[in-house]
Amino acid sequence: MGDILLQLNNISVVYSNVIQVLKGVSLTVERGNIVSLLGSNGAGKTTTLKAISGLLKPENGEVTDGDIICNGVNIQNQSPEFITRQGIIQVLEGRQPFKYLTIEENLRVGTATRPGKPYKQDMELVYHYFPALVQRRKALAGYCSGGELQMLVIGRALMAHPQLLMLDEPSLGLAPLVVQEIFRIIKKINEEHATTIVLVEQNANMALQVAHYGYVMENGKIVMEGTSKELSDNPDVKEFYLGMAASGIAKSYKDVKSYRRRKRWL
Amino acid sequence: MKKLSFHPCGNYRENYAQELSIFETWFGRVSLGVFLLILFGVAPFFLSPYLLYILNTIGILAIAAIGLNILVGYTGQISLGHGAFFGVGAYAAAILATRLDVPFYLSIPAAGFITALVGMIFGIPSGRLKGLYLTIATLAGQFIIEYVLIQWESLTKGTMGITLPGPSILGWTIAGDKAFFFLIFICLVLMTWFAVNIMRSKYGRAFIAIRDNDRAAEGMGIPIFKYKLLSFAISSFYAGFAGALWAYYMVSITTEPFNLGLSVEFIAMVIIGGMGNIPGAIFGATFITILNEILRYTTGVLMNVSVITSMGLNMAPLREFVFGLAIVLFILLEPKGLAELWRILRSNFRLWPFSY
Amino acid sequence: MEFFLQLLVNGVCVGLLYGISAMGFVMIFKASSVLNFAHGELLALGAFFFLSLVTWGKLPMAVSFLLTLAGCFVLGFLIEKFFLRPLIGEKLIFVIMLTVGLAAMFKGLILLIWGGNLHTYPDFLPPSLEIQLGAIYIAPVYSATLVISVIFLVLFGLFFKKSSQGIYMRSVADNQKAALSLGVHVRRVFALSWAIAAMVACMSGIVLGIINGVNVHDLSAIGLKVFPVVILGGLDSIGGAIIGGIIIGLLETFTGGYLSPSLRDVVPYIVLVFILMVKPYGLFGLVEIERV
Repeated sequence: MGDILLQLNNISVVYSNVIQVLKGVSLTVERGNIVSLLGSNGAGKTTTLKAISGLLKPENGEVTDGDIICNGVNIQNQSPEFITRQGIIQVLEGRQPFKYLTIEENLRVGTATRPGKPYKQDMELVYHYFPALVQRRKALAGYCSGGELQMLVIGRALMAHPQLLMLDEPSLGLAPLVVQEIFRIIKKINEEHATTIVLVEQNANMALQVAHYGYVMENGKIVMEGTSKELSDNPDVKEFYLGMAASGIAKSYKDVKSYRRRKRWL
Repeated sequence: MKKLSFHPCGNYRENYAQELSIFETWFGRVSLGVFLLILFGVAPFFLSPYLLYILNTIGILAIAAIGLNILVGYTGQISLGHGAFFGVGAYAAAILATRLDVPFYLSIPAAGFITALVGMIFGIPSGRLKGLYLTIATLAGQFIIEYVLIQWESLTKGTMGITLPGPSILGWTIAGDKAFFFLIFICLVLMTWFAVNIMRSKYGRAFIAIRDNDRAAEGMGIPIFKYKLLSFAISSFYAGFAGALWAYYMVSITTEPFNLGLSVEFIAMVIIGGMGNIPGAIFGATFITILNEILRYTTGVLMNVSVITSMGLNMAPLREFVFGLAIVLFILLEPKGLAELWRILRSNFRLWPFSY
Repeated sequence: MEFFLQLLVNGVCVGLLYGISAMGFVMIFKASSVLNFAHGELLALGAFFFLSLVTWGKLPMAVSFLLTLAGCFVLGFLIEKFFLRPLIGEKLIFVIMLTVGLAAMFKGLILLIWGGNLHTYPDFLPPSLEIQLGAIYIAPVYSATLVISVIFLVLFGLFFKKSSQGIYMRSVADNQKAALSLGVHVRRVFALSWAIAAMVACMSGIVLGIINGVNVHDLSAIGLKVFPVVILGGLDSIGGAIIGGIIIGLLETFTGGYLSPSLRDVVPYIVLVFILMVKPYGLFGLVEIERV
């Protein structure tokens, strides 16, 4: 085990004091790794991210049990202002740009964790990763395309100098080529800056290609973990997330309907 | 359809008829009947004229507040011009009664329809505007109507005001608080019944759909502009109807009361009573009227306390202050209004002693 | 012709006043999307604070001015903390009605403390500000207004376009959740925008008080006249507020001069309805970008 950046110990999350979403989730993120979090809709992936970044409170959620430790600091139920200043930045699901701000102003909001500090160099860096943004820098974000916006929100998060970058479904609603481009850049950011990345994805195939380690969530629990290699070789993951039969070949929908492999971990 | 004797402890409705039923149990229906019986059979004969006057005011304002609730609480369109529409109704009735000698049972509904037309004109911006912008457009409507009422002297006699003839039917003249009590509360019951039933119809469901998400409503095939206008029309009809009743009850009217303050009072009734709740509007009208009376009485008393008058303090603004405070406290503490408090109270009684 | 020119000048001057009164309003709207119906009462509060400090406290002008600004800054902060913060995320009508309730409270309070009479400030502007161009006369207060409004316009423009804090404020108004996720201190932004806006409102209240005298009813009426002004200019454009103010001011003085004095106070609202029907987001406002 290498150097551990973030550790979740057995956390439970409850919304509105009644709805329990996470039922004892534990995971560790090593420094410099890309960790992917897989699972179907409603498994609790986004909630896990929000528990880490402190964004549960506006949605009336609370970490009721367990602890979240980042760099030796206890951060569960802290305010988002505090957590972002620890270097943890979450990129929200579904691209949430500031529609009435230009691309450049959007990027400047990313400096909120260190107001008043110089930011020009970081902006150059973002433009270096996402050259598509350069010619749109004066355009209102509300008028940009989905791909540009996804680049924008990742770039905006980079402006904050994150130690830990959490991406929530960066491939949502994007064309396959754009998805590939985005993942290529994610990989590059990870390699060049040693930024630790937690990746929540529906597109398990893409995610396992770039990630070092992966967790599979179901019903608010972690049901399986392993290196990307182990996961993509696992017959259950193949069947349920990669859309392949246990034997490793892509299969037709006819078989999916007639026979479902029983999940081993349940 | 079978009526339950007890409230079910969950949602066990199985068909649309049950979903649309107003009373879940026979008890609710009977208790409403008993309440109405007491209201009509006992109240007018035992209450003092002053209390009857307050009840009548509540009745009139409640009709207008129900109308505003249809617009604000159910359709989600905020209007700051309801006080002016109330005034349009009052003037329409007064002009019909004095110039054309229309009997009251025709002039009151006619005033409602005229106001509905005016309301639709000011509802036109709602086709393009939403939220804040619409609010401001109705604010402009308020000022424009006020101006027209004052300046169109050939019709409204301007600041002189109009005196109405007493309403009479079949040779019998309605005069005095007791007679008006019956007129007003029969109207209130009918209008409430009408409002409750609109909300159970296709129109009511369209209004609610527009409130919750007008784009989605449009996507579902609801012509939103038409329904928004309809909502404005119904709401102004109620305002005009109430205004006409008010004109007859007050005998002589001037433009003065129909200002922005009245519009704000109507919105306060809807919020304090409970948005999107028809009985709530009646609660709200009751609350505001009683609050106004109490404050008037208190400031009157305080004015006569020698310590305060000797200090040269004028206590009249206290009324404004407390009124504002009531609105603010309700919004902060119980945004669903009195209707919600009433519901909590009832369910506490029902479930006592095991309230979980 | 002279009459026309004098009306033109008067119109622009009155309009500038409306414009700077509207600036605080636009600031609050920009940062927290709150339509502030208590704006007129904020104007009045500032004017009365200043009045008390100057005439009863016998403090020098500059000291009382600064004290008033500081007091209003704190007041705005408190209003946000106690009344508006609990409503974050609530429906529009609750927020609007809350400010209506606040307006009634403030008005009652001012009437209780200072009464409904007209008060005036001692005269203190230097007469060198007086401008006489041929037959046209511009009173010193108006030229002072012109200077003040230009200064504030430039300052605000720079603040919102260039400074980090200004951009954070706009980002919060735009997408609160995303701003939170990037570590913008949202509560601080709200509090700050109310504080600054209250300060600006108080300042314009003082200016209005110098020109027209201090009276609660007049000042709160101006608070309502802010609506046509900002709608004309677009609710979220500070430059638009000034231009909207000038247009409304011109409309008023010309209608008052040529048509009828009684129409004067209503004409802004009539124009407002037409503008809203033709150009719903005002002349300079942002078009709402709605994507499903």
